[in-house]
Amino acid sequence: MARIALLLLLTPFGLHAQVSFERLLNADDEPHNWLTYSGTYASTRYSLLDRITPANVGELELKWVFQAQSLEKFESTPLVVDGIMYLTEAPNTAVALDAARGRVFWDYRHNPSNLSRPCCGRVNRGLAMLGDTLFMATIDAQLVAIDAVNGQPVWRTAVADPGAGYAMTLAPLVVKDKVIVGVAGGEFGIRGFVSAYDAETGEEAWKFYTIPGPGEPGHETWEGDTDAWQHGGASVWLTGSYDPDLDQTYWGIGNPGPDWNPAQRPGDNLYSDAVVALDPDTGELQWYFQFTPNDDYDYDAVQIPVLADIGLETFSSGRQMLWANRNGFFYVLDRTNGEFVRGEPFTEVNWASGLSESGRPIETPQPPGETTYPGVQGATNWYSPSYSPRTGLFYVPAWENYGSVFWPEEQEYQEGLRFLGGIPGTPIPGGPNVPSLRGDRINNWTEAVGTGAVIALDPVTGEHRWKYEMTDVTTSGILTTATDLLFTGGREGYFHALDAVTGDLLWRTNLGGDIANGPISYAVDGRQYVAVAAGNGLFVFGLRD
Amino acid sequence: MRRLLFGVLASLFAGGQLMAQAHVGQYEQADIAYGSTLYATYCVVCHGESGDLFPGVNLRSGVFRHAASDRDLRGILLDGIPGTTMVAGAYEDAELVALIAYLRNMDTEIGGVALGDATSGQALFAGKGDCGSCHRVAGQGPRFAPDLSDIGAIRSASVLSRALEDPHGSTLPMNRAVRVVTAEGTVINGRRLNEDTYSVQLIAEDERLLSLDKRDLREYTILTAWDLPSYDDVFSEEEVTDLLAYLRSLKGMN
Repeated sequence: MARIALLLLLTPFGLHAQVSFERLLNADDEPHNWLTYSGTYASTRYSLLDRITPANVGELELKWVFQAQSLEKFESTPLVVDGIMYLTEAPNTAVALDAARGRVFWDYRHNPSNLSRPCCGRVNRGLAMLGDTLFMATIDAQLVAIDAVNGQPVWRTAVADPGAGYAMTLAPLVVKDKVIVGVAGGEFGIRGFVSAYDAETGEEAWKFYTIPGPGEPGHETWEGDTDAWQHGGASVWLTGSYDPDLDQTYWGIGNPGPDWNPAQRPGDNLYSDAVVALDPDTGELQWYFQFTPNDDYDYDAVQIPVLADIGLETFSSGRQMLWANRNGFFYVLDRTNGEFVRGEPFTEVNWASGLSESGRPIETPQPPGETTYPGVQGATNWYSPSYSPRTGLFYVPAWENYGSVFWPEEQEYQEGLRFLGGIPGTPIPGGPNVPSLRGDRINNWTEAVGTGAVIALDPVTGEHRWKYEMTDVTTSGILTTATDLLFTGGREGYFHALDAVTGDLLWRTNLGGDIANGPISYAVDGRQYVAVAAGNGLFVFGLRD
Repeated sequence: MRRLLFGVLASLFAGGQLMAQAHVGQYEQADIAYGSTLYATYCVVCHGESGDLFPGVNLRSGVFRHAASDRDLRGILLDGIPGTTMVAGAYEDAELVALIAYLRNMDTEIGGVALGDATSGQALFAGKGDCGSCHRVAGQGPRFAPDLSDIGAIRSASVLSRALEDPHGSTLPMNRAVRVVTAEGTVINGRRLNEDTYSVQLIAEDERLLSLDKRDLREYTILTAWDLPSYDDVFSEEEVTDLLAYLRSLKGMN
């Protein structure tokens, strides 16, 4: 029977996957699929699959490997829909493959314009799907719709001008009949935005500027009569979340520009380093919460908004948003209105001594030449955290003992050129300045420069329940499952399975390359798989047959 | 003594700058100046202000692994280097000219250190300094301490100078020594080559390459500093400039 179903799936005349909005809303009802970048609209990266357990995880074996033809960074999270996997390889090639065997059905190559000026590599984090159409946001700021059956382009829309420093690296988010994206370019003096496109036609439906223009509320946070707001960055380079009951979509906003010279942009610089809640039909702002006003350090609030109901009714509506920020603080927000519920540092922080009652940082800038913690890459970054409703814990990929020295500099804006306002340095002579860009296979400066960890936080109390330490920093996301397993990788190329309750190591394997995406789990014909990219390959594990 | 000298020269493996003189005079000062602003915009995040931030690459060395001529450099700037993180850039002609001018003169632009006579320096290296009793150059000498055959291509004169002056303060984490006691009680002293969460790779004093599982070790200590005097006490000022000139002349097999 399973065999017949598979044949139907693979024949062009059979029932191929149609991903309706209804299915996206109820993604938890089909845990064998991975329908959006973060798995579900709540973005918890919690899988309900339960075949792989702490008792049998030690028997995991490699089922297949997909070797990317691209040697650029593999940051893509695959989608899996009814036995077919859709992923991207850098810069902008979409690939459809058999999720049980790894054999390729088709690939579609978008050749980005050489005008594109990505800050940090031509990465792509994955696709979105609606109906039988896939959506890919490209490094040259195009949004491309691709037929999921034959891999042919359906429409292409120019979202922004790559020559002016705009780029896209995120996986789009589909809400109802619209495809929502945001633009990268916070190091090039762009004016960031989130925008939505009609999934059928590619026509722009709305655009929300992450820096309010003259006359709009928040514009006054770009003080003085300057054009700083026009080049103030506030990019959007990671997929948002969606709460269907509140009908709000949430997006984390990047750093203000120039990155390291706040004197050039006095004021709080809304909505940089904030989370915004938008109406998915109109793009209208519902609320915002700013984590780092007038940022000195490039502390993008580009993390996944994790929607979890953790039972803090006493303090708020009971609908929370959990957020471990690049700035080193862990926040619980009320996602109905953006009110601050609680927050505390989760790693070493010295740029602020704490948070006020409203959640505003009490800033303690370090003297010139002194080390600021966390460093420029942050206490965490875009690597997806996970929330398990079973353990009630929030799991964060964290960098510890990692600092930078910041040297602000006046810089004039020029279109298409980097707009940084200085450069952070390492306090360690000869140490790596921006470790995440190095990808070195040799790590012999480790304890001086920074280390990695998975930190399990109790969001109700803020307590650290356990910590799993790694010698190198980590750029891997985290997956938890209904059997209390936690999967994560790291820069060293190890792929680990931990006990989500205790943090004990249950299984590991060496994949030999940086893990810079988030593991996912899916099932085909009742067999559960765990997939993770390392180096330039995607590795898929399952239990022995 | 052996240990002392190892520490001194281990500290030479520090970040750096350099004296690439070969092309000076060939480029317009205005281009060099414009190039430095372009460098600060496009290149600095990965390559750093001193041009040596990216591992294994020192733009101030005057030696480029993928380019000999300016024409080659132009190709790399435009097309990137496939299979690496060096990306393509959409530069205009004037920008290319300026960037190349700056790269060719980067070291002198950023500042140099007085260099003496390399031949005298070589004699000091082998004689008074006894450097060769620990360090290997061009296939001669032991391998426990860092091989200095290409030290002049990967470290600047100022960094080498600082290391001779203050070896203790200049010792980098990447040259740290480790002390290991195995489950059987065997003590191994080594120089750490690599480390991860579960294992450590090292070169032992007897030149064996060892990879050890941390779980199996009774003791694993990373020695963060060496107790060393300044080489100022060993060499005269002039001798230091000679030694620096010799070290700077060591460019590896390229």
